[in-house]
Amino acid sequence: MRFMVIVKATPESEAGVMPTAEQLAEMGAFNEQLIKAGVMLAGDGLQASSKGARVTFKGKDRVVVDGPFAETKELIAGFWILQCRSKAEVIEWMRRCPNPYPFDGGYVEIRQCFEAEDFAPAAGSGPTA
Amino acid sequence: MSADSHAAIEAVWRLEAPKLTAGLMRVVRDLGAAEDLAHDALVAALEQWPAAGVPRNPGAWLMQAAKHRAIDLLRRRSLLERKHGELARELDEGMRLARRGPEEALDDDIGDDLLRLMFVACHPVLPAEARVALTLRLLGGLTTGEIARAYLVPEATIAQRIVRAKKTLAKTRVPFEVPAPAERMVRLASVFEVIYLVFNEGYSATAGEDWIRPSLCEEALRLGRVLATLVPADAEAHGLVALMELQASRFRARIGPRGEAILLLDQDRGRWDRLLIGRGLAALDRAIALDGGGGFYALQGGIAACHARASTPGATDWGRIAALYARLVDVTRSPIVRLNHAVAVGRAEGPAAGLAMIDALAGDASLAGYPYLASARGDLLERLGRLDEARAEFARAAGQTRNARDRDVLFARARPR
Repeated sequence: MRFMVIVKATPESEAGVMPTAEQLAEMGAFNEQLIKAGVMLAGDGLQASSKGARVTFKGKDRVVVDGPFAETKELIAGFWILQCRSKAEVIEWMRRCPNPYPFDGGYVEIRQCFEAEDFAPAAGSGPTA
Repeated sequence: MSADSHAAIEAVWRLEAPKLTAGLMRVVRDLGAAEDLAHDALVAALEQWPAAGVPRNPGAWLMQAAKHRAIDLLRRRSLLERKHGELARELDEGMRLARRGPEEALDDDIGDDLLRLMFVACHPVLPAEARVALTLRLLGGLTTGEIARAYLVPEATIAQRIVRAKKTLAKTRVPFEVPAPAERMVRLASVFEVIYLVFNEGYSATAGEDWIRPSLCEEALRLGRVLATLVPADAEAHGLVALMELQASRFRARIGPRGEAILLLDQDRGRWDRLLIGRGLAALDRAIALDGGGGFYALQGGIAACHARASTPGATDWGRIAALYARLVDVTRSPIVRLNHAVAVGRAEGPAAGLAMIDALAGDASLAGYPYLASARGDLLERLGRLDEARAEFARAAGQTRNARDRDVLFARARPR
């Protein structure tokens, strides 16, 4: 099973403040563990939304809005793609993750990716893309 | 206990059991005892964690709990066996390791222990099916029941395989060590073989079956990636990972809506998994950088990469595939690889060239009755416009295959149109 773990943006990440050398080293060591365990498929940190853009859909029209975007809590600052055997396993890995936030109460969000069998005809009501 | 905390403990167990067993194996030098000690630590966790919460470093907690018990075990053993000098030294060393605090156990030690455990589980003294069961149990953290379901055999069969394997390992006194350089290649080859066997077992599973069968592919891939970090200088470890990542990238494209197999050239390439392709190509680059990618797995990975790089079947670099098959023939001397080589040459240089190579193989006794020989020959004859001969080959292949769906396809091609 494949999961995406989403790291939320913070005022600091949105301001383009780079992590300290110590934070980078800690996160690097954690990533190393994920790699050694064979579970990390991909992962990256994202630049501030000021360097991004949104394409807004309105029927057949498309409206492009350049960043930055105001609602920091809804923005993301990074992600992992992990291959684990259960959601509980991803949770256990993330319990071991160094705190990516400079404050208490920050969180990462774990979401499961769709798999081939989710698209099997027998599954019926699933997405049909 | 709540379902949540049970799932949490199970997750910790799956992550920690291989390291735990490997670490304990170094202390007690006996697989059965190491597994028992690890299991006792799990029981202690199941008793204490639901109330006290999962500790901050659960791996270290489990290791400490198991080592306390290991010390007791070693004391009893040493009372019994003091008189044997060598055993006494082993026991003293085990005792020293057991008393070491968790902070002294370095990452490298854990990696070495895991590698040793892989070598033990895949020891050539064991039959292949026992190696597979033991590897999934010790390195994958799968239960006997899960392995049994994955292999569609009764649980008792797997349990017995594991018991017998442990007895054989104890009886032949297989040491817990990374083999000496002279032996290393052969022993590593056995580890690769086991991992690839697991992968193929999962790959041959069809949609709608028990989830655990396809998940064997993921487990094999995971073990392959772990192994590649443990022996990063070994080209074939990366070659094996490349081959598995690239094959797995086609997983969701290879079965049609009615559960029928879709051949590689007929697959919807838009459904290939780009993430796994990228990982596979990167692993292949590592293998090639190390030794030119000339090993058994790296060459097959190289062939898979040719398909992965082609955005349409017509864009496939058949010349390169034929060249890789030629190298693979040198490595394996396998008639089936020769046949695949001929098919690739037939694509690269035209049907006449392929047919000449296949006809040179026709006398090979080991290919007698092999349906792919007849169907491949039929393909080439058809492309040469020799339709009657082609139909005869397809009819022959249909009579040889044991797969009902393949038979239907072959019979259809054998009928005049």
